[in-house]
Amino acid sequence: MRTECIFYALLNRSIDQNLSVDYLRNNFLFNPTDIIDGLASAPAYHLIFEALLLIWIVKLLFFTKTFNLAKSDLTEKEKHALIEEWQPEPLIPEVEEENPFGFKNKFTGIPGPTVCINGKEHINLTSLNFLNMIGNKEVEASAIDAVRKYGVGSCGPRGFYGTNSIHLELEENLAKFMNCEEAILYAYGFSTVASAIPAYAKRGDVLFVDEGVCFPVQKGVEASRSCVKYFKHNDMSDLERLLKEQAAEDLKNPRKAKVTRRFFIVEGVYLNYGDICPLPKLIELKYKYKVRLFIEESLSFGVLGDTGRGITQHFNCNMEDVDMVCANLEYAVGSIGGFCCGRSFVIDHQRLSGLGYCFSASLPPLLAAGAITALGIIDSSGDKLENLRSKASSFHQMLESISGVCVISDEISPVKHLMLSKTNGDINGDRLLLQKIVEYCMQNGVAVTQAQYIDQFEYKVPRPSIRLAVNVDLPQEDIKAAVDVLKAATKALL
Amino acid sequence: MLINHLSHSIIVLILNLAILGMYMDFIDALVIMQLRSGKSGSKLASAGAQGDFIAEPKNGIKENGFSKHHATPSKPKTLEEFEETPLILAIFTYIGYGLLVLFGYLRDLTRRYGLETTLQSQETPKNHGFVPLYQSFESFYTRNIYRRIRDCWNRPICSVPGAKTTLVNRTSDDFGWTFSNTGTTTEALNFGSYNYLGFAENCGPCADAAIDSIRENGIGVASSRLELGSSSLHSKCEELISEFLGVDSSIIFGMGFGTNALNIPVLGGKGTLLISDALNHASLVLGARLANSTIKVFKHNDLKHLEEILRNAIVNGQPRSHRPWKKIIIIVEGIYSMEGSIVKLPEIIALKKKYKAYLYLDEAHSIGALGLTGRGVVEYYGCNPKDIDILMGTFTKSFGSAGGYIAGSKKLISYLRKNSHSSAYATSVSPPLIQQIYTSMYTIMGKDGTDDGKNRIAQLAKNAKYFRQKLKELGFIIYGHEDSPVVPLLLFMPAKVGAFGREMLKRGVATVVVGFPATPIIESRARFCLSAAHTPQMIDEALQTINEVGDLLKLKYSRRTQH
Ligand SMILES: Cc1ncc(COP(=O)(O)O)c(C=O)c1O
Repeated sequence: MRTECIFYALLNRSIDQNLSVDYLRNNFLFNPTDIIDGLASAPAYHLIFEALLLIWIVKLLFFTKTFNLAKSDLTEKEKHALIEEWQPEPLIPEVEEENPFGFKNKFTGIPGPTVCINGKEHINLTSLNFLNMIGNKEVEASAIDAVRKYGVGSCGPRGFYGTNSIHLELEENLAKFMNCEEAILYAYGFSTVASAIPAYAKRGDVLFVDEGVCFPVQKGVEASRSCVKYFKHNDMSDLERLLKEQAAEDLKNPRKAKVTRRFFIVEGVYLNYGDICPLPKLIELKYKYKVRLFIEESLSFGVLGDTGRGITQHFNCNMEDVDMVCANLEYAVGSIGGFCCGRSFVIDHQRLSGLGYCFSASLPPLLAAGAITALGIIDSSGDKLENLRSKASSFHQMLESISGVCVISDEISPVKHLMLSKTNGDINGDRLLLQKIVEYCMQNGVAVTQAQYIDQFEYKVPRPSIRLAVNVDLPQEDIKAAVDVLKAATKALL
Repeated sequence: MLINHLSHSIIVLILNLAILGMYMDFIDALVIMQLRSGKSGSKLASAGAQGDFIAEPKNGIKENGFSKHHATPSKPKTLEEFEETPLILAIFTYIGYGLLVLFGYLRDLTRRYGLETTLQSQETPKNHGFVPLYQSFESFYTRNIYRRIRDCWNRPICSVPGAKTTLVNRTSDDFGWTFSNTGTTTEALNFGSYNYLGFAENCGPCADAAIDSIRENGIGVASSRLELGSSSLHSKCEELISEFLGVDSSIIFGMGFGTNALNIPVLGGKGTLLISDALNHASLVLGARLANSTIKVFKHNDLKHLEEILRNAIVNGQPRSHRPWKKIIIIVEGIYSMEGSIVKLPEIIALKKKYKAYLYLDEAHSIGALGLTGRGVVEYYGCNPKDIDILMGTFTKSFGSAGGYIAGSKKLISYLRKNSHSSAYATSVSPPLIQQIYTSMYTIMGKDGTDDGKNRIAQLAKNAKYFRQKLKELGFIIYGHEDSPVVPLLLFMPAKVGAFGREMLKRGVATVVVGFPATPIIESRARFCLSAAHTPQMIDEALQTINEVGDLLKLKYSRRTQH
């Protein structure tokens, strides 16, 4: 193990010791030429030093007696007693058996503007089905065609006969839609951004991440093992402070700075807050400090901008200025899966190093077919998006008139977070209160839910809130009726 | 100036080649020492072990007698073997890689000096002065080795991935950098897809039910399980899965990869020791890495090594602090998809009980494909499913759908419902996919009142055994377990990887070929996945083709005498 460590220290990128071998086998990262590169650009003393190091390794490997560090002087009997004595904790902590909210409230049929929950029709303010693509007949028809042509599952990863011509078509359409060179398709929304980030960011790199990012982004960041610097949510001056700190550090160690990649990781519209990131400022900082910009656009894709191109179109920015956009196809597009897009130089790399891309079966063709149709609908009906935005802002205004709660989201965001205006600072107390509002609404025919977080795994648990979503086909009267129920609920309970 | 530059480059080249040679030997020794037999002398021996449970190896071939552990006495003694690589082959394989690297290096030099235009896509000029996204040499392998045989992967199909599949023909005008469709298609026998039970179908009860489900429920859900993502279809399917597996409860997720990567972190945590098989799938490795626990790796299927790790762990406690471990979880797979080997489950259960560890079993490839009624490796060995703490599996393979499940005690599942990353943050499974799982499982269980499911399972078992046996008789080196439907055929040399993939397709058989870095450097292989949908004629046709290509490429390396 020791020699192995030394060996890996030679590589420009050290690899986790415990998992080194699996990691190499699984990651295609095993590249003999990393070392050449290091050597080619190194001065002579470096080469000599490394040659000596190699000799030393060989010596260690073949001419030293191995000794066992972990060797203990316990007798077999003592060991046996220790093993007998050891009592593990239970696999999972004791929990109350109560079924959580989502599992109690089962829906049937289609989660459209209204949804049938436990046999009763509700106005649906929960599903993130903004453009009402779920249940769209055209989308369904193309999915059915795809089943008739290709069956249901793809039965293999993209590399091994899991690539269907329909995947290539969807990738091409997505690239064209987003005005990029290339798009890459994933089978699962969560794993899209969670695989994309660690494909580029490695140990030693620096990530500047908004502390309000949603969980999949946090997981991607964690998997990269890079140095993570969280800045205050949407606070560009805090970000600039971190950048300046980094610049000062770079001055101290210019050699390291030369190989430290930097990335901004932000969301277009934040799932946990419903507000929009200040993209123009980020682009300015990007060029000033030479940091690459990755945007997770799951909520803004197909929603923001005149024709649904997302945050870049919203701010009239150039796609070229964003290094990569990741988004899922599960909200506005109403299918399953996700994609990343950008220049081929960037995106193509994931085809061999995006873990969720290489090591998982590809997206079932019927879902790809549905996504192609939905994308076509978004592309050809600008009024749908206009309609969604106006519904979102009228909904916003109505929500603001409810007393006792506040809306923190942006006016045009289709997702609204409703928080208690007065909090006693106790998360659980707030949650109980909000849950009462939720139950009240459910009883009165409005389906709402609290935004669900698993506290022990979140980087920073957002304040408890009820997350509401606008469906473009939700009639104005229903929106009004739903708001009235919310008003009654807050009046009765707050 | 240029001369100066060139001579400098040549010196660097020679130096680097020398170092590279050492480097590759070193890596190989390392990989083999880590992954293969414990004895560094017989470095090419098998992945088995000389444990308490296992007979001594003979001539590099491992036998393991499960007979005494078999609940089904009708099953004969099984064989799992990994024939040694002939030394001369190993040498030639290294030379092959050496040449590839040498030429790659020369090509890179010519590219650097502009003698050859680079066809690889380039960074946007706007990002001038940024730290390179990857080091220029990082893509050396892609650029100089993978690109040469890129046509063997990502081959697009335009049909059901069934026993036969239709491939879209591609050509490349630029030596593998880009492909364009020729507008024609080729029909080929499909030995590449994980369609074990043949449920990849576009007609029949499964497809019909899926279509009905699209009409009734749409294709998306747009919410997570904890919010508004549980439909009555989800719970109906989960109940069936629990019944099928013989456990109390289960939960389904939208992706098999995600099921591992997002649930292991919930089960692990600080003070937990995860003991993982060396050849575990990337998703298990990723899950373990995200778990914030200590990870130890045991040699593939080597129970002695596993026991040693367990003993030492309990005796020594956590590193540095020496506090006792909070818990220990052993993570293994049912069938290993690159080796064709089967986990030694009864022994692992015995060890787990002896040392009070927990067991996480990933049945991605084995569920449906093993056992008399398709209940996976647990049934194959006649074990009790309740002895396995966490049963995991995927629906992408035998069931022809997508997604994954975790099954186990009521307590475990209700904990996961609340705490699994995928139940809070990931969109829940698409309705037609659940329907496909439901209908195919229903068929496997014989609840549809037909023998369809039973026949498929029997056909797969027969196909797998026959195919493997015949290939061995033809003189190929075949890895893995006699009953495994995954059959790896060793190719060794890098040039043969591409040649085999192409020659097979030319003769109408689609297969998967894999080389370094997905396998150890000298163990490039082709992999056949058997399916219940393969008819005896198809299998014979494929065998004949393999025989022909095997002669053409001189692949019959086996030195084992045939009985
Ligand atoms: C052992 C194992 N686990 C998990 C997976 C991932 O499953 P899925 O393709 O459903 O994401 C695979 C697939 O290749 C696998 O082999």
